[in-house]
Amino acid sequence: MLIRFFLMLRAAGVPVSITEFLALLEALQARLIAPEKGTRPFSHEEKGRVPFSGVEEFYWLARAVLVKDERHFDRYDQVFSAHFRGIEQAFETLIAEIPADWMRKSLELSLSDEDKARIAALGGWEALMETLRRRLAEQQARHQGGSKWIGTGGTSPFGADGYNPEGVRIGQEGSRNRRAVKIWDRREFANLDDSVGLGTRNVKLALRRLRRFARQGAAEQLDLDGTIDSTARRAGLLDIRMIPERHNAVKVLLFLDVGGSMDDHVRICEELFSAARSEFKHLEYFYFHNFVYESVWKDNRRRHTERTRTMEVMRTYGHDYKLVVVGDATMSPYEIVQPGGSIEHWNEEPGAAWMRRLLATYPHHAWLNPEPRERWDWTPSVKITRELFEDRMFPLTLDGLDRAMKSLQ
Amino acid sequence: MRFAGSDSYVATGELTLAVNAAVTLARPLLIKGEPGTGKTQLALEVARALDRPLFEWHIKSTSKAQQGLYEYDAVSRLRDSQLGDPKVQDIANYIVPGMVWRAFESDQQAVLLIDEIDKADIEFPNDLLRELDRMEFYVYETRQLVQARHRPIVFITSNNEKELPDAFLRRCFFHYIRFPDRETMEAIVEVHYPGLKKELLAEALTAFYRIRDVPGLKKKPSTSELLDWIKLLLAEDIPPEALRSDDLKVSIPPLYGALLKNEQDVHLFEQLVFLHRRAGRPG
Repeated sequence: MLIRFFLMLRAAGVPVSITEFLALLEALQARLIAPEKGTRPFSHEEKGRVPFSGVEEFYWLARAVLVKDERHFDRYDQVFSAHFRGIEQAFETLIAEIPADWMRKSLELSLSDEDKARIAALGGWEALMETLRRRLAEQQARHQGGSKWIGTGGTSPFGADGYNPEGVRIGQEGSRNRRAVKIWDRREFANLDDSVGLGTRNVKLALRRLRRFARQGAAEQLDLDGTIDSTARRAGLLDIRMIPERHNAVKVLLFLDVGGSMDDHVRICEELFSAARSEFKHLEYFYFHNFVYESVWKDNRRRHTERTRTMEVMRTYGHDYKLVVVGDATMSPYEIVQPGGSIEHWNEEPGAAWMRRLLATYPHHAWLNPEPRERWDWTPSVKITRELFEDRMFPLTLDGLDRAMKSLQ
Repeated sequence: MRFAGSDSYVATGELTLAVNAAVTLARPLLIKGEPGTGKTQLALEVARALDRPLFEWHIKSTSKAQQGLYEYDAVSRLRDSQLGDPKVQDIANYIVPGMVWRAFESDQQAVLLIDEIDKADIEFPNDLLRELDRMEFYVYETRQLVQARHRPIVFITSNNEKELPDAFLRRCFFHYIRFPDRETMEAIVEVHYPGLKKELLAEALTAFYRIRDVPGLKKKPSTSELLDWIKLLLAEDIPPEALRSDDLKVSIPPLYGALLKNEQDVHLFEQLVFLHRRAGRPG
């Protein structure tokens, strides 16, 4: 029974080794926990605490012996409950669609190129938002297909999974077209996992370019030349000289784009992220969605409640930080140049203004773009971003990283 | 012989279980948790409760694993040789035992605390694998094998500043001290300030957890900060009414400097209070 538990833990990605499993058996043999009630070796009644039941004690004991990282506690809990309730694991995550009824993705439209060509944008930004407001007021029920009403799979500019180059995205899980202007889903982004260690070797190599060794800190290495010199000067009486040990003094501020059009690139970003973490002593990272506005966030699970103002970021981290932005810069141009262009909230100032402020604060900056270089010229927003960055945009390849790191120095 | 908390330390059931497992099976116990939740204190209390000698090894960013075992003081030997001291003939005179060696040599089973292991170099834990596993090491200078007389009870604390290597983790038991819930916190305060007035305690805890719940704080106040704060409240003789926030959702508690350690946090908190006051005003 315990062997199956052990194997399930491993299958769920908790790194448990045979030694640890044997240690657990040893602990059980040592009667650290008693199998029956009343014979428990220690109790907490005197402190007014509810004593553990046998299973609970086993839970805590097995956790202390098998799980060595609090990040794995959640997985352990899931396996534990699945195993001891005798229920097969259900690891699927349930993703609720909003608004569930309207936006059920049951219809998929495939439009021909001529169709796409025929769908013209409905005029400018203001007209688009105004039309949406009117339509929302007119429409009361769930709608699907067709070319006017808000719903799924149609060719109306409003709704999800359809095609209209200036469409507003409502209630959709993944971006289809990468040009939608407004998401109404409150999507939870999986926090970028920094445990991706394999396959990051090449990225690591390039990031090492960023290392600049500076001598600072406490004296700790024997300065052989200095000691010989100083001892000789004192006519042979030993005089030890120390110099500071070398350590990495590079400070990096990392901005990562998550969600939306970045879905394909999250893996590459994770690799870069995991590589970057171990390379710098001072590394601060923030997340944004599509473009940087007045606030960014550190934790994707609490991105709607705990945000950091961009102003505060600029005040907190000095000019000597090097700014690295990772993102595909693929979005509607409105999102960069227009106030209120953000797809998630109403921004008073355009993203471009915020980006200019950041660039002024951090003279050493670079943008890493996971999209292949050949595709950049097709997307207007990439062009705008490149102009903002004075052409310091580099593809996320080994060569591109090399050049990015060189430009940061 | 079991550890079940002490009169000055409140240990939750799961923590005592982890400690007893580590003691019984003679494995090191790795303790993690938010700063100020009593990680270091645990080793002190276990040593006291079990009546064992305690050896504390505090790790700094410059610490080397070798320093815990022993150090060969070559410089003073060289100096002695220049001065013609007869001591210089025996190299053993210049071997200075570290905390681990002293714990190994203790007449009765000792408690060894390796404090804040994550402060050291990333390779530091790897250099201690054999020492913690087999509880022995070799002194090259004197060709002597040092073995523990009694396997010490080893506590290792970490603040998660660096990842610890897997090979190291496999040899340890692990416990993560969760931030105490209100009930446990009351027990902790009772242990430190017995006979504290119920009202003051209730108000102080309410204010404390309210501050912890403010989203976006850079440094959340911890248990040790709460204890400091209560000490201040007692010293200043602040009545419990002063802590009450009336009908406002948030107010600045007196002597908040003991809880908030960062001017940005103070600023954030003041802003929140201001917003709530404005929102709470009628009309």
